[in-house]
Amino acid sequence: MLSINNLHAKVEEKAILKGISLEVKPGEIHAIMGPNGSGKSTLGYALSGREGYQATDGSATLDGKDLLSLDADERAKLGLFLAFQYPVEIPGVSNMEFLKTSVDATREYQNKPALDAVNFMKRAREKCKAVNLDQNFLKRGVNEGFSGGEKKRNEIMQMMMLEPKVCILDETDSGLDIDALQVVADGVNACRSPERSFVIVTHYQRLLDYIVPDYVHVLSDGKIIRSGGKELALELEDKGYSWIEQH
Amino acid sequence: MSDVIDDYVKTEYAAGFVTDIESETLPPGLNEDVIRFISAKKNEPDWLLEWRLKAFTNFQTMQEPNWAHLKYEKIDLSDVSFYSAPKSADDAPKSLDEVDPELIETYNKLGIPLHEQEMLAGVAVDVVFDSVSVATTFKEKLAEAGVIFCPISEAVHAHPEIIKKYLGSVVPQKDNYFAALNSAVFSDGSFVYIPKGVRCPMELSTYFRINEAKTGQFERTLIIADEGSHVSYLEGCTAPMRDENQLHAAVVELVALGDAEIKYSTVQNWYPGDENGVGGIYNFVTKRGICHQNAKISWTQVETGSAITWKYPSVILRGDNSVGEFYSVALTRNFQQADTGTKMIHLGKNTKSTIISKGISAGKSQNAYRGLVRMSPRADGARNYTQCDSLLIGDRCGAHTFPYIESKHPNAIIEHEATTSKVSDDQLFLCQQRGIEPEKAVSMIVNGFCKEVFKELPMEFAVEAGKLLEVSLEGSVG
Repeated sequence: MLSINNLHAKVEEKAILKGISLEVKPGEIHAIMGPNGSGKSTLGYALSGREGYQATDGSATLDGKDLLSLDADERAKLGLFLAFQYPVEIPGVSNMEFLKTSVDATREYQNKPALDAVNFMKRAREKCKAVNLDQNFLKRGVNEGFSGGEKKRNEIMQMMMLEPKVCILDETDSGLDIDALQVVADGVNACRSPERSFVIVTHYQRLLDYIVPDYVHVLSDGKIIRSGGKELALELEDKGYSWIEQH
Repeated sequence: MSDVIDDYVKTEYAAGFVTDIESETLPPGLNEDVIRFISAKKNEPDWLLEWRLKAFTNFQTMQEPNWAHLKYEKIDLSDVSFYSAPKSADDAPKSLDEVDPELIETYNKLGIPLHEQEMLAGVAVDVVFDSVSVATTFKEKLAEAGVIFCPISEAVHAHPEIIKKYLGSVVPQKDNYFAALNSAVFSDGSFVYIPKGVRCPMELSTYFRINEAKTGQFERTLIIADEGSHVSYLEGCTAPMRDENQLHAAVVELVALGDAEIKYSTVQNWYPGDENGVGGIYNFVTKRGICHQNAKISWTQVETGSAITWKYPSVILRGDNSVGEFYSVALTRNFQQADTGTKMIHLGKNTKSTIISKGISAGKSQNAYRGLVRMSPRADGARNYTQCDSLLIGDRCGAHTFPYIESKHPNAIIEHEATTSKVSDDQLFLCQQRGIEPEKAVSMIVNGFCKEVFKELPMEFAVEAGKLLEVSLEGSVG
């Protein structure tokens, strides 16, 4: 599904990713862990096509389609979703308008029939409920005045609406209390399906108690230095990143 | 050149009437003869000619203002032609079907076909085609309600007593350089009178168009809302592509008598010049209203066009408990410059004013808000709230805010809030990551920023304004 091969990327002339290879098959959950500055967020940005995050070598494909040659919005419409660590506010643009524009553009690109207003609203209300957001939230500006937890739940809600193929969660657990973490994890687990894959970028093992990964990869200085099953996360938690970097 | 005019004027004077004039466009330049020509052309009564000449005398003693945050070459009035009528006034269209297809096409591009407006929205359209009105609709329905809505040139003859009383009563001839110029040479414009206690049965709308190159356009609009009446007036402007600077100096006067309400909405999208800053309309407008007791005047403007915008729709809150409002969106891009805002002059007791201004700058444009709030010594219990937000797109444009606050009453309350923000890379990337193309994203973000103002616009105008922003923002990303 998502196939990354020897990916190099730079930010402002500084090489950050130094040859990452990763094979994510349908239905799998991969966790990417690593110390600060190891390139975890850059991986998400480089894959999703953020300006300034320039892939310099290697390849990345989604269902065989070359991601790196596409604009960010096309990558998204192809089914690549990035849940942000710090979701930004867009004052005056209602969540409803934002979601409708987003869903319409995505479905059109995927040659799916457009959702009429009634079905759209029905689905939006369902998804709000699923992540424990009040329906009134649809009328509010995108992330405008939201608490940290609400912003993260909003990301998951958007993910549910867009039904992507691959979801990258960029430190979605940061700044969440234990209850909010539970809601977010439930949302993600509800989205799991044999056709959908997740790449969960996190600094701490905590989130992985709730969303159990199939594989754990440790990123250090722009490279995956170790891969393993879910027990690797626990080991890391116990011994710290320095332990693995020394080996 | 001036010999030709001299000949004209002399002939006219000798003959005493003006049916025999063939030239429809005056050669450039301004002098007393030009004013006599314009007045004679419109067969105006002597009192109005005198009024114009007095304005011209004043004008000659005045200097072009230079305090605005605008940079442009001084306008050479000897290059401007002060009168132009359609090639054959006698063949003027009798109905909208006969209006220039090009004009209709421009409207269509903006998604506002006249016919639909006429039939569906119930809007009476008074199309000002260059300087002469060519089509008026729904006149009968308005007449039934006693509403007068006609070109001001017609009102001069049909309702001289009202014109004499109110013309120049809100914007005196000597008010400023451009108002004096307009008073001397105004071409045409709209006149509206709403009788006592009448709620105007439809929204009144005028579309302006500047048609002929190098022709100054000097509209003059006068709206009187008699006691307890209500009117909503829509002014929208389009212009075809031009590469020469065109001077536009309009005057709009609003009079809201006791308990009356006037809502005046403008969408202005005149040619802003090309991406190199060549050409575009110079728009120097004086708009002002006066509120008597318990009256309300509300200005809403969406300004996206013109190379230069110099415009401060104002309200004089003379009567007690009167209310003034100003809602503005001004968008500049490329090399456009806007210096726009309002004046709220609180004279009466318990007067209230609200100012919401949204400035959007893109490209290399400069966008300034300039607003005055003045509380007079009699303005007991007066209140003002001002909110003034600027949005920057890119890093080569400028946003400026010049608030002037004068309070001479100890218990007057004045609030001023201002913000400046950027369409951030984060916002753009969030939109793109959700499958929204960058141009659509910018337009959505900007529309969100303007929401508070758009909701003040009449429905069909709000849709048009949203579209206009989208069209105007094309190519501002990257």
